[in-house]
Amino acid sequence: MRTQPSVEVGTEWGIVSARQAGRELAKEVGFNNVDQARIATAISELARNIYLYTENGVIELEVVEKDALKGMKIIARDDGPGIENIRDVMEDGYSSSGGLGAGLPGVKRLLDEFDIESELGNGTVISTIKWLR
Amino acid sequence: MHSSVIDYIHQRKTHYITKWKEDLTQLVFQQEGLSDDLTEDITNEMIDLVFDGLFSEEHEQEERLRRFADRLSHYGLPLSDYIRGLQSMRQTVKSDLDAQYSEGQVAAFEAWLDELISKLVDAGAKTQERVIDLQNVALKEMSAPLIPVFDRISVMPLIGTIDTKRAQQIMENLLEGIIEFRTQVVLIDITGVPVVDTMVAQHIIKVSKAVGLVGSKCIIVGIRPEIAQTIVNLGIDLSKFSTTSNLKEGVETALAITQREITPLSTS
Repeated sequence: MRTQPSVEVGTEWGIVSARQAGRELAKEVGFNNVDQARIATAISELARNIYLYTENGVIELEVVEKDALKGMKIIARDDGPGIENIRDVMEDGYSSSGGLGAGLPGVKRLLDEFDIESELGNGTVISTIKWLR
Repeated sequence: MHSSVIDYIHQRKTHYITKWKEDLTQLVFQQEGLSDDLTEDITNEMIDLVFDGLFSEEHEQEERLRRFADRLSHYGLPLSDYIRGLQSMRQTVKSDLDAQYSEGQVAAFEAWLDELISKLVDAGAKTQERVIDLQNVALKEMSAPLIPVFDRISVMPLIGTIDTKRAQQIMENLLEGIIEFRTQVVLIDITGVPVVDTMVAQHIIKVSKAVGLVGSKCIIVGIRPEIAQTIVNLGIDLSKFSTTSNLKEGVETALAITQREITPLSTS
């Protein structure tokens, strides 16, 4: 297992560099065009949440292997305010910032595995995996 | 700095220049693709900068440092090489001075050299800043042009990342251009937009609505297959908006809306 250096998301440009790092790694792992776009879009959503709602956070990228499967793990980690009601944010159309409210549920649909842990006042960790088919 | 220290360095100027040039050769001359003449030239300029600064008043020094930093940046020479060069000169001069002068006077020399290095780093950083500023301006200029292609039909090609600032520009240019060119149908081409996430989609939706408010119609063109799939995955509903896969089809649709079509000239 190889860990990639994490990308800090402090400004809007952090979103772009996280996305680029993700796309590059996805290409390296062997994902096709559509999956590369899915991964880049998912990273974009996760990084934008960090940029919009927290002071600082990171996107961590990792190549993972399980049995014969190869995949890419994307972790979004921040020490922001945390999410009060996870069930709400996972619902389509819910947004606390006037957005489309498709972000997190969208990320879940774009990728294969999705896990969210959040503690009020202590930040949020969203851990996702896309498997190579 | 005490004048006797300056005199002392002045007397040994030739010696220091020779010695320093040797050091600089090791440090700086490895740069590829640089003619010997040019390297010699830049090295001399650096040496002049230091010794002129030492013997004469400091006015114009900042301007000269700025020009020097510009030159280094122009030829892609790292500032750190020259700073290392200055450090090596400090060692040489300092060991000479230690034998002759009091600690305080040596310290004054070192402080002076430190100041010069700071100014050089400053000038280098400012050069970089200016380059970034210019690039920002250049980027802004080409960021979202509205181009009239037929009577009442305009195209806005979008290339690259859409951030908040750009999204705002797109909106402004679009609405102004629509009035200016009396545009009835505007084609927004997103072929060059690498990622369409919910924020980008939201901006596109907003823009479409605003275009509708000024009485025109907006068609989103250039939705690549992988983008179409991610938009569906995200659960974004663009069904209320006109979309086509490429600009060509978009133009055809726009002509149909304005009740025109392109037909070949009859040869008879």
